[in-house]
Amino acid sequence: MNATQWDPTRPIISIVDVHKSFGDLEVLKGVSIDVMKGEVICIIGPSGSGKSTLIRCINALNDIQSGSITVEGLEVHDAKLDKLALRRKVGMVFQQYNLFPHKTALENVMMAPIKVLKEPRDEVETRARALIKKVRLEGKEDSYPGELSGGQQQRVAIARSLAMNPDVMLFDEVTAALDPETVKEVLVTIKDLAEEGMTCLLVTHEMGFAREIADHIYFTDRGVIVEHGPPETFFDDAKDPRTREFLSQIL
Amino acid sequence: MNQSIPGINKKAGTDLPVLKPYRGGIVHAPDNLLFSRWLADLPVWFWWALPLLIVVWPGFALAASNYSMSQAFAALIKWIPFIVMDGFLYNVIISFFAMLIGTVTGVVLGLMQVSPLRLIRYPAKFLTQSFRNSPWLVLLFIVLLALPFEVEIGGEIIRIPDWMKAVFGLCLPVMANISEVVRGAIISVPSGQWEAAESLAYSRHQTLWQIILPQCFKRMIPPWMNWYAILTMATPLCSLLGVEELITLSRQAIEAENNRPELLVPFYGFALLIFFAYCYPIARATIALERRYAVKLQ
Ligand SMILES: Nc1ncnc2c1ncn2[C@@H]1O[C@H](COP(=O)(O)OP(=O)(O)OP(=O)(O)O)[C@@H](O)[C@H]1O
Ligand SMILES: [Mg+2]
Repeated sequence: MNATQWDPTRPIISIVDVHKSFGDLEVLKGVSIDVMKGEVICIIGPSGSGKSTLIRCINALNDIQSGSITVEGLEVHDAKLDKLALRRKVGMVFQQYNLFPHKTALENVMMAPIKVLKEPRDEVETRARALIKKVRLEGKEDSYPGELSGGQQQRVAIARSLAMNPDVMLFDEVTAALDPETVKEVLVTIKDLAEEGMTCLLVTHEMGFAREIADHIYFTDRGVIVEHGPPETFFDDAKDPRTREFLSQIL
Repeated sequence: MNQSIPGINKKAGTDLPVLKPYRGGIVHAPDNLLFSRWLADLPVWFWWALPLLIVVWPGFALAASNYSMSQAFAALIKWIPFIVMDGFLYNVIISFFAMLIGTVTGVVLGLMQVSPLRLIRYPAKFLTQSFRNSPWLVLLFIVLLALPFEVEIGGEIIRIPDWMKAVFGLCLPVMANISEVVRGAIISVPSGQWEAAESLAYSRHQTLWQIILPQCFKRMIPPWMNWYAILTMATPLCSLLGVEELITLSRQAIEAENNRPELLVPFYGFALLIFFAYCYPIARATIALERRYAVKLQ
């Protein structure tokens, strides 16, 4: 849709010198990131360094104090912004899945396109079934979230987000709440997506995965981007001592 | 089962405090169903003891008097149709309508309490807190005395019956408490649900009505039923204001029997029994529903 018209030489997401505080606590201290269409960006960093906050600013779940974020030319923190228009372009998947517990997997996927985009039900249903197949959950269409494992719920959440046909997907530590065995099935789903050319911004602690799929890795610590680069240089040739210390702890 | 767990049946690896498994029963967060739980848990012997007391009491009370147990009992039996059909029926009617009005207004007030607009939220909070924390009897008095006896509609003068005024008086505290039930149910939905809906481009209004409230509905039923039982138990307050209901008519019946003191326990005991018997199934159902939903929502 819109993304096809988007000038591929300009960043699809542009984050420029963003500052964000919660009261007196300054969580983001001048963060800048550009994301090109089709790129996969991984953000890593210690707990509390502001990764979730940053990613939530992109779809206006958090506001910012200064700087600017644009998504496909939409100024995210403009007071006149049509938030709903922005959120149609940006899908988000959370660590805690946040599926709607009173709806089946299929209904979870179908709800927003029908209610928000006002698309016809049968069209949405065809698409939703295809998405459920794509995240490898055939046969689970009529299960309620409570009847699914964490990994299955998370894949439903991904399908639910994709059903809105977003141009960008945000993933905030989507495997952090999962058992080690089920992490893989979710990562495979994200990898498929990345390979199809979806623009993805992920916060993750899965270093091997980040190395495998990321085009670019950003390392944040205490609200600033300490270092960034393509995975090879980032992992094998980190310059900053903080990055090296973090990597030595986690790898 | 025989696995050794550090800090429990094995020496702990550290001397830091160890979190041990909790062994208590089910923990109920702030208990909003206290009344129903108590009523539903009444022991079986209670249902024998209370009627027995009603029957036996007069014999003990004034053993020396010439008024026998069977006479007192006969008096009660004679009056039962009157105090039930002309009395208790009104308690039920009053509680039904007070609940109906209180629920409708309470839901509106509860939704206003979670409005993002201060202009709506603050007055709603104020109303809720003032009616929730006022003595019911005072509210009843105010309404009964403040409401006009008669209203004129199109030249015709209609007298408002007392029981209807009682409905208006009692629906106020019900409204306030239902408002809190609604607010409590809404804020008990995890914030992740709001965020998930918002990130799917739901507006706030859509999120509330399509995502949040459907999840609240089940959670609200047990406390709502609990308030119905409490309201029903409060309807005898109306007798202080002369509204004809169970207690008013029991008093009239005792008077008609020459105010014999032996009759007090049988008549008021019977009133107690009939209230308990009416509310008991409600309390049982409330607790059963609560358990079922607690399991379903994990
Ligand atoms: N709503 C909020 N109100 C106040 N402080 C907040 C809020 N959300 C986050 N913070 C604070 O902002 C800081 C950054 O939080 P954030 O969740 O962005 O970290 P993170 O990098 O995602 O960490 P983690 O890896 O643990 O998820 C933390 O110190 C946190 O306490
Ligand atoms: Mg986080």
